[in-house]
Amino acid sequence: MSKSASNTMTAMRVGPLDGLLFASNGISLTPAPSGTRLVIRARAEAQAEAKKLLGFALPTKPKTSIIKGDVHCLWIGPDEFLVIDVDGSGLPAKFEKAGNGKLAAIDVSHRNTAIIVSGPNAVDALNSGCPQDLSLEAFPVGAASRTILGKAEMILYRTSEAEFRVECWRSFSDYVWKYLVDAVKSV
Amino acid sequence: MLLINCPYCEEERPELEFRGAGEAHIARPTNLADISDDDFEKFFFIKDNDKGVVFERWRHIHGCGRFFNAARHSVSDKFIMTYKAGVAKPKLTKAQIDAVKPPAKGTPANEPVWTIEEGKK
Ligand SMILES: [Zn+2]
Repeated sequence: MSKSASNTMTAMRVGPLDGLLFASNGISLTPAPSGTRLVIRARAEAQAEAKKLLGFALPTKPKTSIIKGDVHCLWIGPDEFLVIDVDGSGLPAKFEKAGNGKLAAIDVSHRNTAIIVSGPNAVDALNSGCPQDLSLEAFPVGAASRTILGKAEMILYRTSEAEFRVECWRSFSDYVWKYLVDAVKSV
Repeated sequence: MLLINCPYCEEERPELEFRGAGEAHIARPTNLADISDDDFEKFFFIKDNDKGVVFERWRHIHGCGRFFNAARHSVSDKFIMTYKAGVAKPKLTKAQIDAVKPPAKGTPANEPVWTIEEGKK
């Protein structure tokens, strides 16, 4: 907390993994900067409204994502999408006015936290706890999927050939971080 | 690891992402408050538990989150097919069932590898 000139207090948000960093065996683990996140639940009949609010259409193919600027929209299920604005702009505000009863948008910005796993051996570290095929053929750049890492659930998102974003619940992040550190050490 | 085809994700995924959810195609009574305790017991607790081909509900809980149905052999544990929730119970062909049958008795894969009597020897 810091005291501003006008004698008011400003609270600073601290992420659960802030200040941590780990690199070994050609892999680095970095907590992602805080962004905004929305879970959108929209069946086929509500996807047009989501498109209007989002500015682009939701992905329709399983395990894919659509990127527009800083906004990444991930297919999670046939009516479930995770929207991440890595820059943290006004996404939730836009959706606050949405309310025809067919579309649900839940702000999960601070329920989730994310770890960037990068390096040529990133797949090996992730595969020590994730049973999915992460080869480029099965999990290409842009692929996104809810899956597991050890005993924790995560959303895995491939942002480049050698970089993944691991989205997990804030309360799981301590476990996920330590799991990944261990995995990186033993690659 | 067992691979299960999720009809919503349209691909095979590792079993760790799934959870079984009991028998499929059980019609919920429309007059639940009126039926007798015996009928409720039959609907709610008594399952077929067949040895052979079974129809089950599964949930891709650590994936897309959807419930779906599967036809599977309860002895060999092999899946015949999976299909979306709400789709009618599929009619299976003899060839489909034969493909998942466990080996006949007397073939090594169906026999225990170690018995107590053998252990005593
Ligand atoms: Zn699925």
